[in-house]
Order: sequence, then C-alpha cells, then structure tokens
Amino acid sequence: MRETVAARSALRKRKWELPALRSSEKRFLFSKAWIVIAIAIIAFMALCAIAPQWIAPYSPVEMFTDSIMQPPSVVHPFGTDYFGRDVFSVVVYGSRESLLIGLMSVVAGGIVGGTIGALSGYVGGLLDMVLMRAIEILMTIPGILLALTIAAAMGPSMTNIVIAVAAATIPGYARVMRGQTMSINGRSYITAARSIGVSRWGIFWRHVLPNSLSPLLVMATLGIGSSILAGSSLSFLGLGVLKEIPDWGALLSQGRGYLTVAWWICTFPGLAITLLVLAVNITGDWLRDYLDPKQKEG
Amino acid sequence: MVGAVIGRMFTSLLVVAGSSVLVFVILYLLPGDPVNSLLDPTFATSEQIASLRHQLGVDQPLHVQLADYFGKLLHGDFGNSLLNSEPVLPRILSQFPATLALAAASAVVAVVIGVLLGVLSAIHRNKPIDVIARIVGLLGISMPAFWSGILLLLVFSIHLGWLPTMGSNGWKTLVLPSITLGLIGAGFLVRMIRNSMLEVVNEHFIVTLRSKGLSERSIMYRHALRNALIPAVTMIGMLVGEMLAGAVVIETVFARQGIGRIIADAIMAKDLPVVQGVIFFSAIIYVSVNLIVDISYSFIDPRVRRAT
Repeated sequence: MRETVAARSALRKRKWELPALRSSEKRFLFSKAWIVIAIAIIAFMALCAIAPQWIAPYSPVEMFTDSIMQPPSVVHPFGTDYFGRDVFSVVVYGSRESLLIGLMSVVAGGIVGGTIGALSGYVGGLLDMVLMRAIEILMTIPGILLALTIAAAMGPSMTNIVIAVAAATIPGYARVMRGQTMSINGRSYITAARSIGVSRWGIFWRHVLPNSLSPLLVMATLGIGSSILAGSSLSFLGLGVLKEIPDWGALLSQGRGYLTVAWWICTFPGLAITLLVLAVNITGDWLRDYLDPKQKEG
Repeated sequence: MVGAVIGRMFTSLLVVAGSSVLVFVILYLLPGDPVNSLLDPTFATSEQIASLRHQLGVDQPLHVQLADYFGKLLHGDFGNSLLNSEPVLPRILSQFPATLALAAASAVVAVVIGVLLGVLSAIHRNKPIDVIARIVGLLGISMPAFWSGILLLLVFSIHLGWLPTMGSNGWKTLVLPSITLGLIGAGFLVRMIRNSMLEVVNEHFIVTLRSKGLSERSIMYRHALRNALIPAVTMIGMLVGEMLAGAVVIETVFARQGIGRIIADAIMAKDLPVVQGVIFFSAIIYVSVNLIVDISYSFIDPRVRRAT
C-alpha cells in the first residue's frame, strides 16, 4: 500500500514537480548566449550613436530622387522614404538621440530620486514625511502624462525631454532607495560603527550608501529600457526635437502616413527601438541576478 | 480598521489636491502666453490683448490664479477650453467611456495572458512553455506600444482586412488597441507572477503540504497560486496608471476617441485648462483605484489586516 502511494506520488512528481533550483550546464550556456547577443546589440547601437558615418552607407540627408519609397533591396536594406532617403542610414543616425535620452534621463532620475530616498530614509522624521508625501503626489500622475506636461511646458529640446522622462522616474528610485537605506541602517554593523564613535555622516557615506546602491543600480539598468521607450513615445507624439535627422520615434511617426504603401518606413525604426530595449532589459535581468541573487529569476 | 480606512481616504484627498497644484505650477512655467495662441499678436491691439488676459485671469499672480482654480474645482467647474470655450469636465466625461472600454478590455487581455503564462511558466520551469512565457514577458516590456500597434494594424487591418484601422464604434475597433495595450500589462504580470510563484514554492508550508501527500496539482493551484497572486494585486494599481498613460499613445495610433486623445491634442494646442482637467481627472482615478487596492489587500491577506 505504502509503496503504491510512493510510486504514484513519484509519478505525479515527475509531471508536476518544479525542477531543483540548480542551473544545469546546458541552461547556463543557453542563458549566457542571450546575454552575449544582448551586449553585442547594445555595443553595435552604441557604435551607431558614436560614429554613424562608419556604419551608414549614405548620408541621412541624401535624397535619392529617382528611388522614392522603394521597398528594401540590396542597395537600400531598409528601403527608402518619401524623400528618397535611405531608411537604414536615417535609423543609424537616429540612434544617438534615443540612446542619449535613455542614458541621461536614467542618470538624472537615479541621482535625484536616489538622493531623495537616501535622505528620507537616513534622516527620517519630518523630512521623511514631507519628502514622501511629495513623492506620493508625483506618483499620482501617470509617467507619460507627467512627461508630456513637462515636455509641453518647457518646449521641445533634448534637455527638456530628458528632464521630462527623468522626472517621471524619480518616485520609483526614491522609494527603493529609502527602503534600502532604512534596512541597511538597522543592521548590527551600523550599530557597531556608531558605538565606536564614527560620525553620523561618516557612517552614511562609508557604510550605508555603498551597501544600499545595488538595487538602485539594477533598477537603473532596467530603467534605461523604459526611458528609451518613454523618450521615443514623446517624439512619436510630436514633442521631440524637430531637426533634419529624425530620431526613431519621430521617423516612425512620419512614416505612419505612408503605412498602406510603404510598411518599411515604420517597421524598421520600431524594430530598432525594440531590439535596443530588449537587449537592455536582458542585460538588466542578468545584472539583477548577478548583484542580488535573492531576487533571482529562474 | 475603519479609522485606518478613513485616514487613508483623507491622505488620498490631500495627495490629489497636491498633484493638481503641481500640474498648475508646471503649466504656469509654460513659456508661451496662452493669449498668443488665441489672438494673433501682429493684428491684435494691446488693449485687446490686455482685456483677453484679464478675462482669462492670466494677468493675476500665481497664488490668486491657483486660489481661483481651486475655488472653481470645488464646485465641479474644471474651467473652459481656451480654443472653443467648451466646459472641460463635460467633454472629459463624454469621452471617458471610450477610454474606460479600452482600459477594461486591455486589462482582460493582460490578466488572462499574464496570469496563465506566469503560472504555467513557473510550474513547467525551463520547459518550452517557460521559454515562451519569458519571451512574451520580455517583449511585453520592451516593445513600444506605438510600434506593436502599427504592426498589428499592418497585418490585421491593411493586409488581411479583418478589422477596421480606426475609430471607436463597435467591438471590432476595440480588438487591436486592447491587444496592444494588454500585451504591455501581460509582460509585467508574467514576470511578476513567475517570480512570486517560484518564491512561494520554496516556502515551508509548501513542503508541509507535500509531506502531507497532497497532489502536486492541488498544491500548485490551490495553495501556491493563491499566495503568489497576493503581490500581483498591488500591481493592479500600477497597471491602471500604465493603462491611462498608454491610452495617450494607443488612442493616437488607432485614431480612437478618449481622454488620452483629448490631452494629446490639448498639449499640442497649449489648451491649458483641458490639460489640467485631464490630469486632475486621471489623478483622481489613479488614487481611488489605489485606495481600493490598499483596502482590499487587507481582506485578501489577513497578515496585513493584523498589522494595521
């Protein structure tokens, strides 16, 4: 009787049990391959942003008047647009803005949000209450609506888009940093440092801050992806910088009018955004597992 | 318990009031004078400009304008559009059902795909379904909504001709927009539920259940899933924010009516009262949903109830 129960549960187990939490060699290789691809994509796009002239076959403003709105071919791998521009070259040149907006707004949002959170968590008391209520207020306005309002209020410029996107990310960083600072501050090694007479801000700079940073770092990496998305949404909606070489969001928005006749104008800039954000997110997931094994995802 | 609920409601009111002050101040910093978009400065006389400025109240200092705005707000008056003098609140209310329908349909898509794939992926870890779920999760959070929407339009409306390309009448116009918006939510949910399932499965009570001889199926669906869904409930509040924000892009891509479209148009036209109105309205919705989520949390998870 007992044996049959055991056999039955073994059978069931085979079907339902979760595999043990160790990573087999094969899976390790598989996941590593993804990260290598992701980092290669990021490196390529970074190269596009730094030296587009090395990669783009044509100038982004060169108009091939004899081949307007041509589908992808060997000469024009992403086709040509309504001005006869080579879409591949425009996409390559447009990468700079998207990458810069993503990086700069994460840096700005992370520094401001992180500082608010660290102060709030470490000082506590009235300052904590005031700062956290301010953060709560900021949170009631959904990210892109806040960014839209700021971008509209300050006018279209790269700096303003960065400020708009960054402002919307401040609450997230502030809350994570506050929680982390408070939890580190309660550890016994902090009490030990205090008992040997380390000054309050000495403890903060040398012990609390360095130990609180890793979740913020992970959040920032994953945040680059969403900031790139937010920035390109703003320029898709027409709040981006108007200039000769459109960024990906603006190029996509311009191509929308020709969707029925030239699918490639919209498709490739969108593919570029998706690939870049996907690569950044895969790297962010990996970084999270690496820095914080507790949050590890399968 | 009742005291805690009333306290939360009070703070929520303060937060909504605070957010409308914030938006007012941001828009006050707007460099363009709203009068310029109404009167052509090359033709209008300075008296005309001055009288219009006085009429709109923009010649008053910030605190007077703010007090005036709040006074009207308390009477349910969101002000009038600068472009056509139409009152703002009725316009928002007339367009809101279209956005609500979009948000509701997207939420269904997000929850069905998100919960199903999240659970299956955690149970069948490293199997093909898990790989699919993780790809859906990553794509959901990585694809810009305006692009996935355009791709769906390209395939299902333009090439196959199954669904209309634009408009907001009838269920057919709702299919593509709600899939586009729902996929974003599904991406977040898959990742969240998968993680929280994997965490729950390692808890002691699961080991206890297993040692009691319960079938794995019952452990997974009756015990692990219920516990794994608790953190997902807090995500509902966040998802509402995502839906409201996503509506701006989706309603533009699919040329739908709705409050997202209103604010996108108003921002382009620098129609401040309309921008303020829509943001204030969405802040109220966002805060109310989060209040309900907070309160219902204590019913779903008794551990939270004991703590309050």
